[in-house]
Amino acid sequence: MDKFRMMFQFLQSNQESFMNGICGIMALASAHMYSAFEFNCPCMPEYNYTYSTGLLIVPPIWFFLLGFVLNNNVSVLAEEWRRPTGSRTKDPTILRYMLCSVTQRSLIAPAVWVSVTLMDGKSFLCAFSINLDIEKFGNYSFVRQMSETEKIKLLARIPCKDLFEHEELRVAASRYIKCISQACGWIFLFMITFTAFLIRAIRPCFTQAAFLKTKYWSHYIDIERKMFDETCKEHAKSFAKVCIHQYFENISGEMQSLHHHPASKDDGEDDDRSDEDKLLGIRAQNDMNKVLWNWHTSKPALALRKNFDGENNEKLNGKMNGTINGLANGHACDMEKKEWAVYYSKV
Amino acid sequence: MERLKLVLQYFQSNSESISNGICIILALVSVKLYTSFDFNCPCLPQYNKLYSLGVMIVPPIILFFLGVLVNRHTGVMMDEWMRPVGNRSKNPAVVKYLVSAMIQRALLAPMVWILVTLLDGKIFICAFSLSVDPALFSGAPNNTGLDMIKIMAKVPCKEDVIFRNSSFRKAVSRYVRCYSQAVGWSTLLFLIILGAMGRLIKPCFDDHASFLQTRYWSNYLDVEQKLFDETCVLHARDFARKCVVQFFEDMREDTILRLQHPPFIFNSKEGWEEEEDRLHGITKQDQMNQLLKKWYYSKPELDVTRIAHRPKPCVTWEDLEGEILYSDV
Repeated sequence: MDKFRMMFQFLQSNQESFMNGICGIMALASAHMYSAFEFNCPCMPEYNYTYSTGLLIVPPIWFFLLGFVLNNNVSVLAEEWRRPTGSRTKDPTILRYMLCSVTQRSLIAPAVWVSVTLMDGKSFLCAFSINLDIEKFGNYSFVRQMSETEKIKLLARIPCKDLFEHEELRVAASRYIKCISQACGWIFLFMITFTAFLIRAIRPCFTQAAFLKTKYWSHYIDIERKMFDETCKEHAKSFAKVCIHQYFENISGEMQSLHHHPASKDDGEDDDRSDEDKLLGIRAQNDMNKVLWNWHTSKPALALRKNFDGENNEKLNGKMNGTINGLANGHACDMEKKEWAVYYSKV
Repeated sequence: MERLKLVLQYFQSNSESISNGICIILALVSVKLYTSFDFNCPCLPQYNKLYSLGVMIVPPIILFFLGVLVNRHTGVMMDEWMRPVGNRSKNPAVVKYLVSAMIQRALLAPMVWILVTLLDGKIFICAFSLSVDPALFSGAPNNTGLDMIKIMAKVPCKEDVIFRNSSFRKAVSRYVRCYSQAVGWSTLLFLIILGAMGRLIKPCFDDHASFLQTRYWSNYLDVEQKLFDETCVLHARDFARKCVVQFFEDMREDTILRLQHPPFIFNSKEGWEEEEDRLHGITKQDQMNQLLKKWYYSKPELDVTRIAHRPKPCVTWEDLEGEILYSDV
């Protein structure tokens, strides 16, 4: 029971903590990408705003879509949405629940990018340096003598250290805009956390019973899909094993395999019997070559015979097998029917 | 590997220690956040105080909400508070205990942030450099043409030009920083005394026996919810398996009818019985294709009653005289 619990905990935590792990990794990747990325303000009035806003908005969208791509539940959701109703009714609350959970997880990395960008301040500086009022920072009379376009061009150069001559003004202006940027960043973080708090803490007030139901059935859909894949895999494996086994039997001739079957009485020679059995009647080089050749040139049909090897039902089986083969394997094994007939006529 | 399993089991068995662990992790995150945050005082008279107090107050609020969010007990407490009475009576003491435990844990990370900011001093310098009397210090720059307030507002900014050759800025910073650290240490002392007093005095006021009861039942609620979730997951797994097997076997029933032959329980080579079982009767490509197509176009209904209550063969052992020795019936 303990082992079962351990296994279960691993499985269950594996599913959820796998997705949470991916979430965390993407958030870290997002923060790392920002620090590795070299922000390069164009310092020209026409392009500053576009560049900075683009950098603030496009990478989050990219991370959001990446979150959807990496999340396995997206395909489960899409499948459940598009499937025909059939004999199982569709429940829209389950779809909503799955969509919400996928969206929540995908929103973490974009939020990290936006908050890191705002806390750093470079993007705001690049976007809004044009809108500054220089008078606030000191007495800079030379600005008043400039024309509008020249003034704007000067202001646009503030984000670039090496292009702007008045160090004092530049430092004061950057500091001011960075403050505003950080304030926006903190407010953004506050809004996100407060929203998450409201959703998590207040939701139980409203729909707890329905929530438990949707949680169970959305998890069920996921597990059912996995179970189906597992069962198909097991089935394919057994199908292949039996198909190949029957192929070997066919090719070596029923005679050899039937000689071996009564050994079920003999428990002492277990090992020997299984080794002999594994040969499946193929003992000579020519036979093996024929097997391998036929495997390529004419693979067996994907249709298995039922094997009835009980010695009590020998005679019965002979007829039964013949009939079954006839019905099930319409087109294959004309050879076998003849061999069956030949064998039994000798008995 | 065994040791890791034991450690994990220990932590997961005691829900309180998980909450404590998460609480401590959040406090460490708070410290890391402070050190990686680039504090940027605006050095302008109108905005200094606003910015500094904002940085001192908004992140603790965020950390508090985060602490409440990641705590498992929040969900348990809300469930217990909002549930209809039903067959189980409600005990308000349990809810109160859960709320107080949750709030105490959630308050740790904000406290850590506030203490770290006070002990570091940057925020105090930014906020209160304007309130310092410049006459206390010598060497104030008076040739810049700016009024005193603006000069004092620039004290937090190290790299500013006007302070290049004077020690005025450093003196004022050090002075304000002292205050900041004093406030920080006093706050820490106050909190610790509060905690110690609470611990010592509580047994005088509270009934320890009922406290033991509330603690037991709040832990029980947590464990019960966890077990319910676990059981649901296990059940879903079994349900899914049976549903899928039933679906496979439903496709098989058609095949048997076509062959006009009932399935035998046959005595074949060892191992093949298991293999044949796993086939669930699907033995042809067409059948498999049809099965896969049907899985998409018409999923089976959610009802596994047939397979859950499948008749099993019952064996009865009789001796030579016909007396029943053992029977499954």
